[in-house]
Amino acid sequence: MTRKGRRLLLIGSAIGVLGIACGLVLFALNDTIVFFRSPSDIAAERTAPGTRLRLGGLVEKGSVAKADNTHVRFVVTDGGANLTVNYVGLLPDLFREGQGVIAEGVMEPDGTFRADSVLAKHDENYMPKEVADALKKQGVWKEGEATQ
Amino acid sequence: MNPEIGHYALVLALAIAILQTVLPIWGARSGDAALMRVGPALAIAFAGFVALAFATLVAAYVQSDFSVLNVVENSHSMKPLLYRITGTWGNHEGSMLLWVLVLAIFGALVALFGYNLPASLKANVLGVQASVAVAFLLFILLTSNPFIRVVPPPAEGQDLNPILQDIGLAIHPPLLYLGYVGFSITFAFAVAALIEGRIDAAWARWVRPWALTAWAFLTLGIAMGSYWAYYELGWGGWWFWDPVENASLMPWFAGTALIHSAVVMEKRDALKVWTILLAILAFSLSLLGTFLVRSGVLTSVHAFATDPTRGVFILAILVFFIGGSLALYAWRAPALRQGGIFAPVSREGALVLNNLLLTAASAAVFVGTLYPLALEAFNGEKITVGPPYFNLTVGALMLPVVFAMPFGPLLAWKRGDLAGAAQRLMVAFGAGIVIAALAAYAQGGGPILAPFGMGLAAFVVIGAAVEIFERAGFGRVPFATAIARFRGLPRSAFGGALAHTGIGICLFGIIAETSWNAERIVGVKVGQSFEVGGYELTLARLEPREGPNYRDLVGVFNVRRGGVDAGTIESAKRIFTARNMPTTEAGIRTIGFSQLYVSLGDELPGGTVGVRAYWKPFVTLIWLGSIVMALGGALSLSDRRLRVGAPKPAKKPKAAAPVAAE
Repeated sequence: MTRKGRRLLLIGSAIGVLGIACGLVLFALNDTIVFFRSPSDIAAERTAPGTRLRLGGLVEKGSVAKADNTHVRFVVTDGGANLTVNYVGLLPDLFREGQGVIAEGVMEPDGTFRADSVLAKHDENYMPKEVADALKKQGVWKEGEATQ
Repeated sequence: MNPEIGHYALVLALAIAILQTVLPIWGARSGDAALMRVGPALAIAFAGFVALAFATLVAAYVQSDFSVLNVVENSHSMKPLLYRITGTWGNHEGSMLLWVLVLAIFGALVALFGYNLPASLKANVLGVQASVAVAFLLFILLTSNPFIRVVPPPAEGQDLNPILQDIGLAIHPPLLYLGYVGFSITFAFAVAALIEGRIDAAWARWVRPWALTAWAFLTLGIAMGSYWAYYELGWGGWWFWDPVENASLMPWFAGTALIHSAVVMEKRDALKVWTILLAILAFSLSLLGTFLVRSGVLTSVHAFATDPTRGVFILAILVFFIGGSLALYAWRAPALRQGGIFAPVSREGALVLNNLLLTAASAAVFVGTLYPLALEAFNGEKITVGPPYFNLTVGALMLPVVFAMPFGPLLAWKRGDLAGAAQRLMVAFGAGIVIAALAAYAQGGGPILAPFGMGLAAFVVIGAAVEIFERAGFGRVPFATAIARFRGLPRSAFGGALAHTGIGICLFGIIAETSWNAERIVGVKVGQSFEVGGYELTLARLEPREGPNYRDLVGVFNVRRGGVDAGTIESAKRIFTARNMPTTEAGIRTIGFSQLYVSLGDELPGGTVGVRAYWKPFVTLIWLGSIVMALGGALSLSDRRLRVGAPKPAKKPKAAAPVAAE
């Protein structure tokens, strides 16, 4: 093979790998991204059952009901709308009523939300950024306000 | 010690770093040998002052000096000594100081051990390195000063985030920084080569030890971070594709590509321009990681404080160094002479393939990590790119890398014989098929992924052994000759094979854990039992315990398998009194290479307590494999040809010193 041919082959295979990588990235992004929604967004959009999303807001005070089979039911609110969440599993250490939470899961036909993961926070002061933004939109929470 | 001493030492260090940026490079340009020689002295002085500043801060933590704001915010007098020390870098300011300390140590090492480097190259390297130090010292002094005082000092500190009060904080950040910041040296070498406009195979030989050192530490740092998250967070996961983890994975991919392309450059004088680019990319991705973690654009356990000025400052540093070095690259790289042609099927060809796929994987992680940030900046839409994306893209790109791994070292330079290599790998193929069949039998149906992945892992491990045996010539030459050749193989050959073995071990652990793990989430009362992964766990008792700065509620579980007693597991819910913050202290029992993992949840109505239990088959292989990889790096590093200070054979080689056989 000539020097030029070799270089062409090298460049060709580089482009090939890049092409495959781009294809993979686009395909995977298309399929696997999850959108963040607040209860008000869901109420406004009438999100279809079966849609996978991340729900964020505050855990409504007094709404947490635990059964002894690790089934938990609680209400997520952003001040504008409420949404009931069902979850089977252990709640993160810093899950508290009145505090920010993010739950990932799907909308059920009965208008509730079935979470398969409830996100742990790492710090008692930490308010998930998405939740803070969603709450600001509803005028519930202002920058610099204590989150506890 | 007086904190002002530390502050003053930092300011002096900044002044020295500025001199070190200017004088040696100026000396190299004007050919002034005296100016060039100033570099090493300045680098050592710089390291001394940064070390003094760091020691001052450590002392303030050890003595619980609550007149220092940083100590007040992150320490507590009741904290055990170890966590008072590690707390020094368990916060934004202290961790940036550690970053600069590691940078200074690497600079001093180049100054001390780089005596075989050409004077002008060494001067330029130290100058470029110091410029990075100037930027980060300015960052610390202007936005993140750890030595700020409080008047009047409070009586007690606010304690360290309980999740960080763990031995992991003593291990993970220093190792990770040795990796991240270690790539600053290869970056400095690359930029110095571009400034000089000259580059040859010797350059690769000087750079390889630094790249290997950084890579080995980064490997360990990532693995230890993974294990820490695994046992501390109580979720039983060892990799979350969290942006912060991705930030460390990107330079790892680039660094892995770099240590391979540097081999081609050293041996064959080819891929020079590409190697320079990789050296720049590896450190750029390290800087990007620092930006993502330290600027507060992400909320995670690593983002200690979110202050917009800091984010903008780091972004400016990022733009300056990445933009500047890439601009220099675009300007000077075309002038570098290319050399060494090779056939597509050859050792070089295999390494090019490795490089292409690794950089593509790095790019895929980059897109997945930054796409959500970019999208939110453009239209405010908030999305998450989750594990499925990364598993698909990185998995698909790594599959051919792992499969091609045993072939590469068996191909000859310039022109290789693929069929011959495949023939010699027959044993490894066979081992792979046997393991895959065994895995399929053990699994009894189910997804094909597990048997396939385990077979691939076995192929890689045996393939690495085949490489060594082939190079020694076992079976082709008389046994005694083969033994002599085996002993004469360079240590870098063993190092490479060992690192590849580590990949195989790690892959086996990953595949086994993801396909065969078992999870149980139950509510149990004292005396009740449940089953997970063939083990029967009984909650024997719940007992409160007191620690130095926390209270525990400990659940003691009796473990039985097939009616036979298999020990106990203690799992605890821990409340740290200073911050009134709970953490989960998972109970882990290692059985062979597998682990039983139990974490305690909340107390539920009816006197039951929530329990999350996992059976994690072969999970420890993930971290053991990573350690083997790093050991492979260390072994390569001990190769005499690569030793930084010894370009020529030593006069009195040690008894086991290998003879360069290539």
